[in-house]
Amino acid sequence: MDNKPLDGLLVLEFSQFMAGPTAGLRLADLGARVVKIERPVKGEGGRQIAIKNIFVDDSSLVFHTINRNKESYAADLKNEKDLADIKALIQKADVITHNFRPGVMEKIGLDYESVKALNPKIIYATVTGYGNEGPWAKKPGQDLLVQSMSGLSWLSGSEGDGPVPFGLAVIDMYCATHLTQGILAALLKRSRTEEGVLVEVSLLESALDMQFEVLTTYFNDGRKLPKRSAVRGGGHAYLSAPYGLYQTVNGYLALAMGDLQKIAAVIGLPEGHYHDQSTWFSQRDTIMQELGQALREKTTQEWVALLETAGIWCGSVQDYHTFLQEENFVQTGMLQEISLHDGTALRTTRSVYGIDGHYLYADKPAPKVGEDNEKIMEDYLIH
Amino acid sequence: MLPLAGFTVIDFSQFLSGPLTSLRLADLGARIIKIEKPGTGDICRQLYTSETVLNGTSTVFHAINRNKESIVLDIKSEADCRVIRDLISKADVVLHNFRPGVMERLGFDYAHVREINPSVIYGEISGYGKEGTWAAKPGQDLLLQSLTGMTWLSGDATNGPVPMGLSIVDMFAGANLCSAILACLYRRTVQKMGAHVHVSMLDSAVDIQFEAVTTYFRDGQLLPQRSEVSNAHAYLAAPYGVYRTADGFLALAMGSIPQLRQLLDCPELENFTDGEQAFEERDAIKKILMQHLITKSTAHWLGILEAADIWCADVLDWHRLTEHDGFKILDMVQQVTMGDGFTYETTRCPIRIDGEPLISSKGSPKLGEHTTKILEELYG
Repeated sequence: MDNKPLDGLLVLEFSQFMAGPTAGLRLADLGARVVKIERPVKGEGGRQIAIKNIFVDDSSLVFHTINRNKESYAADLKNEKDLADIKALIQKADVITHNFRPGVMEKIGLDYESVKALNPKIIYATVTGYGNEGPWAKKPGQDLLVQSMSGLSWLSGSEGDGPVPFGLAVIDMYCATHLTQGILAALLKRSRTEEGVLVEVSLLESALDMQFEVLTTYFNDGRKLPKRSAVRGGGHAYLSAPYGLYQTVNGYLALAMGDLQKIAAVIGLPEGHYHDQSTWFSQRDTIMQELGQALREKTTQEWVALLETAGIWCGSVQDYHTFLQEENFVQTGMLQEISLHDGTALRTTRSVYGIDGHYLYADKPAPKVGEDNEKIMEDYLIH
Repeated sequence: MLPLAGFTVIDFSQFLSGPLTSLRLADLGARIIKIEKPGTGDICRQLYTSETVLNGTSTVFHAINRNKESIVLDIKSEADCRVIRDLISKADVVLHNFRPGVMERLGFDYAHVREINPSVIYGEISGYGKEGTWAAKPGQDLLLQSLTGMTWLSGDATNGPVPMGLSIVDMFAGANLCSAILACLYRRTVQKMGAHVHVSMLDSAVDIQFEAVTTYFRDGQLLPQRSEVSNAHAYLAAPYGVYRTADGFLALAMGSIPQLRQLLDCPELENFTDGEQAFEERDAIKKILMQHLITKSTAHWLGILEAADIWCADVLDWHRLTEHDGFKILDMVQQVTMGDGFTYETTRCPIRIDGEPLISSKGSPKLGEHTTKILEELYG
């Protein structure tokens, strides 16, 4: 689309791995020019972090997913000449992001105060693992570790399980949304004050924010720990039956919150079941077991048809094979193809933002290390 | 000065996704006016978690709706619609999460709202997009997790589908809408134009899985394969996972298998290297680690591994977390006070601006608590 919200803004991304670069991707899709500042040759650390060991063009597939629609400028921050160029570039930038551990940018002379002296209108945004101070400040800020330390791993799975992590880097991603929001809010602030803004987020604070509903319950219910359902398939430690997944003849059925008496009638449990609503939470395990037994009698599709007719919130549990082929999904246009440098196409997702009736597509692939040095020199550094 | 000081948001949304958007805007400095229907208000007021009632309302509602004002208006009454139009005419942002078609019927879709206020940023969240046969389906978190394949990523291979135990699709959708609104507010400062912003829960659910979905297409469309034990990410190699120790649990992120063999004194790992083997044979590696790590305490292993800069951590519950200095120093808990003096503890906004956390002492509103005040502001 024309007229993207961040057209004309320059973002310098010193960030590596996931949280910072995912925020950079959001800003890029919203129209900003995002330039990764990378060390020569090897580039940012995320290029080597692979899932399933899949590499494309010497960088991991994940890197390509997170860093499409960006440019790369290679610079050795320990080399005086390179650092001088970076400082000159910073004077032209609107935003810089980094996720170095506390102290690193101070050593290079690119901490907030120094950068602000170079460019008084800079938005300086940082991601740490656990904040800048305290006993955890130096710990590696990594998604699984933060899930584990924040209590998040006691919310999924069943009572008999140990901790069950969320099987995606959800903290990195949630933190990226916070970083994006902080940067955008800072841009708004700057438009009124004409002054730079410091934005700080951390993985741990994002992990706590993700749990804000259940932590608020914990703070105010006499500090009881979450109790997951003993029956497999429970969907939420704090919600009453029927919330969860149930096995059917040919797969699984999801039941969200709903009127248990109505559900019981539809699935053929004897009348008079579950009239006392207070038992829906206190006897969750028993109820889920009873429902589970009844639901094993028909196919998922049969149940969905019956329950939907009765106005019950339910759905089938799908996998990527079925879901990604669904006509209704394909029509959303959520997928896009990126042409990689090696000539192959990479099918990936687009940005989620719909603006003025358009989605933000961008088929520019992730850059090679230093791919854009010359262009950026010309655009910003040669007068 | 907070970044959004002076901005007003008219919020029709209910439950979690939309109200989370406005909570963030509130903490960034905007004034939020919740339009609630007479009698029940936002349905979330009665959506109890573990049946905990706090000052007459669910704890979840208190968490999501602090720092906001509430006006009761009946959107089906012409008199109240006039009030809504007057509120919209002075607003910077209008947002809702009704199913597609509802606001059109009520006369407050973007086309109508833009006539009242051309520079407004109009934000909406749908479950499944605004068109197609899914548009009328209930946009509910667990159903979206189930539909989009997300339930095959957590838990171990033999567990069947395992939902992520929070309403994370709601949360990401709300966060995404917030970002899009902020971006368009910024564009408005440059170009003096309003915007129509839309985010669906479906797109947001797929976006959370963007790594996995991209891998699926690149990798010959193989379904994610969770490990048999200690799964923490279907696509990552050993040792990535959580392991039982003699007195608790230990989380191990990325790490070199030969180095772990040496550090943990675990000769059984002798035949395993990094790279492909750590992925292809991760079940075998993880089972060896499982048997080995259970023999000593978490503190014992952390002592060895942290000294070698291996990415690892203790697994805490909320009791141990909230007692730890690493948690306390964040000042993440704030006490808020409702209009009737009732106070409760909740978390604060996770963003810091210019070195300061964004804190607000205002609790959630009682239904219609600010009706009189807001009407007086409008009509004197």
